[in-house]
Amino acid sequence: MPRKKQLRKIVEPPKFIGYKPYGASPGLKKGFVELLYEEYEAIKLADYDFLNHVEAAQLMGISRPTFARIYESARRKIAKALTECKEIKTVYGNAYLDKKWNVCLKCYARYTTPINVASSNCPICGSDKNKKISK
Amino acid sequence: MTTIITAQGNSIDSKFDLRFGRAKWFCKIEGNSGKIEFIENPYTEEKQGAAEKVIALLKETGVKKVISGDFGDKAFGSLEESNIQMVIMSDFRGKISDILKLMHIK
Repeated sequence: MPRKKQLRKIVEPPKFIGYKPYGASPGLKKGFVELLYEEYEAIKLADYDFLNHVEAAQLMGISRPTFARIYESARRKIAKALTECKEIKTVYGNAYLDKKWNVCLKCYARYTTPINVASSNCPICGSDKNKKISK
Repeated sequence: MTTIITAQGNSIDSKFDLRFGRAKWFCKIEGNSGKIEFIENPYTEEKQGAAEKVIALLKETGVKKVISGDFGDKAFGSLEESNIQMVIMSDFRGKISDILKLMHIK
């Protein structure tokens, strides 16, 4: 039996559910690639925040080789989606969110925002000034 | 959207209870009508797993938001799974009516 996968820490989930190609040549087979949350986070840390792999691996709480594998898999999936004209869908994967709690900077209430709650405003005082924290 | 606030007694002048699973009373506020109702917690003496039983009880009321002083790991897990919003007010030492005022309900 393979070893259980270590959970990868991610700071914020992607702000989209997927990407769709438009104006694709007709007759192309439809399909999608599934981009895991940790792969999105790996791309973001390495190519957007310009961290090196050691720093990025530490942030995600995994080893450098594991980070490299996730990063490589992420690039391959994106390349595949681009060349084969496929949708990209983000799926949860083996991640856990680092910062689930919001703290209201006005009344200091801490609160979560489940997916069915659209607004991230403070549920107590309604203020829109808040910060993400781990707890 | 129904809201639950943990309370030490059964009136809006009672104090806010900082515990969730073993809070004495639950103050239920109906979102549309603003009707306030108090539910007694039958699981205050439970040795373990009080929060989970409480959540099962509260779910019947159609709760969407819970306000308390803190949530344990088990409570956090099942509330998150049920997509119920949790609000922690760990430094709050006032009455239920004070919270309602903050929320502009009364």
